[in-house]
Amino acid sequence: MTTLDAKQTQKDAKLPQKVSVRGLNFFYGDLQALKNVSLPLYAKRVTAFIGPSGCGKSTLLRVLNRMYDLYPNQRAEGEVVLDGENILRPGQDLNILRARVGMVFQKPTPFPMSVYDNIAFGVRLYERIPKSELDDRVEAALRSAALWPEVKDNLKASGLSLSGGQQQRLCIARTVAIEPEIILLDEPCSALDPISTAKIEELIDELKENYTIAIVTHNMQQAARVSDYTAFMYIGELIEFGVTGQMFTSPANKRTQNYITGRFG
Amino acid sequence: MTDHIVKAYDTELEGLGQKIAEMGGIAEKMLSDAMDALSDFDIKLAQSTIACDPRLDILQREIEEQAILTIARRQPLAVDLREIIATIRISNDLERVGDLAKNIARRAIKIAADVRIPRAIIGLKSMHDSAAILLKDVLDAYSQRDAQRAREVWLFDADLDSLEDSVFRDLLTFMMEDPRNISFCAHLLFCSKNIERIGDHATNIAETVVYLVSGESMPTDRPKGRSLLSDSPSVPG
Amino acid sequence: MALYQQRRRANAISLALCYAATLFGLSWLVIILVELFVQGIGSLSLSVFAQMTPPPGSAGGLANAIVGSLIITILGVAIGAPLGLLAGTYMAEYGRFTKLTFVVRFINDILLSAPSIVIGLFIYEVMVARVGHFSGYAGAFALAVIVVPVVVRTTEDMLRLVPDSLREAASALGLPRSHVIGKVAYRAARAGLITGVLLAVARVSGETAPLLFTALNNQFFSADLNAPMASLPAVIFQFALSPYKNWQQLAWTGALIITLAVLALSIAARALGAERTPK
Repeated sequence: MTTLDAKQTQKDAKLPQKVSVRGLNFFYGDLQALKNVSLPLYAKRVTAFIGPSGCGKSTLLRVLNRMYDLYPNQRAEGEVVLDGENILRPGQDLNILRARVGMVFQKPTPFPMSVYDNIAFGVRLYERIPKSELDDRVEAALRSAALWPEVKDNLKASGLSLSGGQQQRLCIARTVAIEPEIILLDEPCSALDPISTAKIEELIDELKENYTIAIVTHNMQQAARVSDYTAFMYIGELIEFGVTGQMFTSPANKRTQNYITGRFG
Repeated sequence: MTDHIVKAYDTELEGLGQKIAEMGGIAEKMLSDAMDALSDFDIKLAQSTIACDPRLDILQREIEEQAILTIARRQPLAVDLREIIATIRISNDLERVGDLAKNIARRAIKIAADVRIPRAIIGLKSMHDSAAILLKDVLDAYSQRDAQRAREVWLFDADLDSLEDSVFRDLLTFMMEDPRNISFCAHLLFCSKNIERIGDHATNIAETVVYLVSGESMPTDRPKGRSLLSDSPSVPG
Repeated sequence: MALYQQRRRANAISLALCYAATLFGLSWLVIILVELFVQGIGSLSLSVFAQMTPPPGSAGGLANAIVGSLIITILGVAIGAPLGLLAGTYMAEYGRFTKLTFVVRFINDILLSAPSIVIGLFIYEVMVARVGHFSGYAGAFALAVIVVPVVVRTTEDMLRLVPDSLREAASALGLPRSHVIGKVAYRAARAGLITGVLLAVARVSGETAPLLFTALNNQFFSADLNAPMASLPAVIFQFALSPYKNWQQLAWTGALIITLAVLALSIAARALGAERTPK
């Protein structure tokens, strides 16, 4: 381990685990997509998931907010412990869970309403607050998504009229507005140009001071740039989990090394 | 290690390796020629040795350019990244080795004009033999990616350091015997320093090879040879 | 090269046939519209909307028929559209892959093309014969039975068009299912849903056969739904077949009114649909 990483690990050894995945198995019908996956998500850190297509990283992300519950033939077995409670248990309130664990998807999905309403929508769901306070919340959310300067003059414009990068930041603002504890990002930049991507990476750096973040990405350089911890997955299994600096300069597992240096296949 | 999916990547890395091999060959030859020129008082050999140095500089520059280009192009990670960093570091060390050999050759020309105590060179010769072995071994370790061998080189440099101590004492003795020897021995002192420096560079290369293979750094304090000021009994000169 | 020339020739011929067919179809539409205009525009005046249907020979209007049509159509749509909306919502949202949805969709498609006279007879049997008299209610119900399959179909199709990613994004915020559908899916499909209802209205406003068996007709002005009620199609049916000149004239005018109404509705539906397409 490098000297820098040794220091980091020493600091992180006492880090609280916000989420602990234990022995997770996931099935699409009869097909097993995740095989006995166990890993931690440390609080207020960014954890990246990398791996070739079909390795299960998006599936894993969608277990964390039980998004798979929307579909009948998908099921999960095992434990996912969030702040001491297993969120896979039958009695778990899904709406409360999803308010604590926000998700941003690959394709920007602004609601068919104005920019203001897009953000206020989620807030209104959980809180009854006066308009002036709502205005403040919307502005704060847009500011934290680095979108405020670009939309402040026209909050009534339809969310669909923004550019791709702006739409994605709108989706991030929308997620942040309801003040979750964890933010899941599923390849948030894959549909965006390099400048928008850079802005969102900057955003992630700022957001991690207050939120625990998990990001799935195809772009290894992005994983190396934004994350503190990286998990490499392959055909449903967790191959290696470690500090990002270590993973990308000197990974322990040969398969990890082959993947990140482009020797796969 | 399987090949990269993109073949050009492998080609670039191999090119770098080949240039290092070439630099290594030139550096080794320069060292042995310089020593021969010194001990045989061969001015012609010394001059041809000095003429080899520019080629080394050009190679070092090429390696650096190619390495930077590869980094920009490929954004290397893990072993590829360590590999490219290693070539940059090793090329620097080999270029310095060439410079040091060139300096020895220069001094060979100077002492050839005024030969005083040929037997003083014997100590230097054994230093040179040690250094040459270190250099050869470490270059082999690099091309074989053999971390174990590199570690051995790293340790054996201590021998070279202690040899340098005894040569130092000998030359001092010669200089004290007869003031007319001072100029001659002074040159030889510098040459011994240069050879010891070459050993240090070999050690650097060894550290780089270990880092390349395992991703780990060697401990910062390397075992040194016994210094002149230590309390241990001196080696008979 | 010969192959290429062959293809070009075949392309030219097919293109010419397409144009010819279009012209053929369009020209009939133009002929109908022109004929309607020419025949009906003569008597189109305020009196048509103000006066009742006259006995043969005297002057009059179509007021009771127009009002009757409006009442029956609106009531029919008011009954049928919500049913269709809710059924379509179930099929598109909750029961997307269930057996029930499959069966309902199948039956719905059959109903969609059921002959309206059969529907009229059915309502006659169920409502008119039982009660013993014709009524506006029966007419409205018959129209509702025609409206439901249309609205079910368009609702399901429009809701299916809303991408799942939008629903997932709404769920990811913690929205309960009802809100995801009501506040997001409906909103996104709003134009399509409204278009569906408008098209249903346009469809039933011209239906004659079911009304003949259910609401019958009424010479006088009546807004009593429990009694036979006049409607434009029924009146046109009665007047057009008669030998009286003024009645025939009124029949043309009535036909023109219906056509213009349906035209307006279709244009409105199309305009709504176009406006909402994202850029």
